[in-house]
Amino acid sequence: MDKIPHLLVHDRRDNVGVVVVENLTAGTDLFCVVTEDNSEFRGVLNQDVPLGHKVALKDLSVGDTVVKYGQDIGRIVAPVHKGDHVHTHNLKTKRW
Amino acid sequence: MSNPKRTIWGYRRENGRVGIRNHVVILPLDDISNAACEAVAAHIRGTMALPHAYGRLQFGEDLELHFRTMIGTGSNPNVAACVVIGIEPSWTQKVVDGIARTGKPVAGFSIEGNGDIATVAAASRKAKEFVHFASEKVRVECPLTDVWIAAKCGESDTTTGLASCPTVGNMYDKLVPLGLYGCFGETSELTGAEHLAADRAVSPEIAAKFMKTWTAYQKDVIEAHKTSDLSDSQPTKGNIAGGLTTIEEKALGNLEKIGKQTKFIDVLEPAEAPARGAGLYFMDTSSAAAECCTLQAAAGYALHIFPTGQGNVIGNPIMPVIKVSGNPRTVRTMSEHIDVDVSGIIRREMTIDQAGDALIDNIVRTANGRFTAAETLGHVEFVMTKLYRSA
Repeated sequence: MDKIPHLLVHDRRDNVGVVVVENLTAGTDLFCVVTEDNSEFRGVLNQDVPLGHKVALKDLSVGDTVVKYGQDIGRIVAPVHKGDHVHTHNLKTKRW
Repeated sequence: MSNPKRTIWGYRRENGRVGIRNHVVILPLDDISNAACEAVAAHIRGTMALPHAYGRLQFGEDLELHFRTMIGTGSNPNVAACVVIGIEPSWTQKVVDGIARTGKPVAGFSIEGNGDIATVAAASRKAKEFVHFASEKVRVECPLTDVWIAAKCGESDTTTGLASCPTVGNMYDKLVPLGLYGCFGETSELTGAEHLAADRAVSPEIAAKFMKTWTAYQKDVIEAHKTSDLSDSQPTKGNIAGGLTTIEEKALGNLEKIGKQTKFIDVLEPAEAPARGAGLYFMDTSSAAAECCTLQAAAGYALHIFPTGQGNVIGNPIMPVIKVSGNPRTVRTMSEHIDVDVSGIIRREMTIDQAGDALIDNIVRTANGRFTAAETLGHVEFVMTKLYRSA
């Protein structure tokens, strides 16, 4: 149906995806593509999320590891629901 | 895919290296010789001064890096001939002798006992002679893979890891097996992906050398000087605006630019010339764009590929910098800075393989003489890396 994805996910193991279009608003029915295998799925966006920013693909609790590229990119520091914006307010580095 | 065995028209230098630009450089040994160099460059058309901030009272490893960067810059195959001006003759001659090993014309002038005006007059006569020499050089047909190509990303965002960095990686996967010299660096910015980077070393010995370099940077620079978790510097404010949250996430995107198969064959000191033959090299560099590009040019790289997300505007005076972006907003709002638009990747209209071919096409055109966006806009950032305070 949709041709241009709203959200791209690198790896099937990832629990976040990246918004790749501008001006996405809360409530959008998301067309999502996993770049690894071109598989498609749908989701719902809970907040306005800017181009390039991440969205949770599942509920995440404090202390959970965020996975992108199939790799550890940090830990959750505030509860996150599926469809929420994931950024500096709820995700921190495990380094430094 | 496009034919990667194609040729380009470049300048075959005395030592066999291939340049794609034909500069006559007026190189200051030290900060206080900038004025004389700029006067010569203003006087003699077809020359370019490279002013910088250092060169006095440096010592030890930091002084060695200064000389390596000066000599390497003058030795770069994009430089046809070089005039060196320093405050005193001894260190000036050391740089002249280093550049002379390439066989290209080089001459040194020192200011003490002569003053700026007499020095500028003498250096201008030699610079004029060098411009006549350089302007008679003609481009000859050379294999594309004779052009050494470095890479570094900047003002990265999440589109960098999805589109522009994999495009550069695809280019390396296609050209390195054919005999290209490649280079990536950014020691601090591999943090979070250092284990994956080490896995891409050609042997356990080189992997250990990489981990030693990365660990030393963590210990001697980050841990020694940090006052916070670096969340305000690495990722940068621009990275964060673009959606990158942590250094781990940034590093994983960064590493996409070495491709899927290519292994790196050695670990270089800053500005060290590769010496193990064709292949991909890792260089220990800062992740600041101008510092990294200056070091890679000093190591002998003739062309640079720079993936950007939010829109870094970097250039280099002697090494053309090709910008690649996959961010649809950046290619619209900063179009004058972007040479290769790969935003079709995130719309699923372009594959990584097609994007790699588009980049190789742009590389050929740039090598043949087409100016990059940064060249037309006058970006000539020349920034020396300093390891510690001078004496």
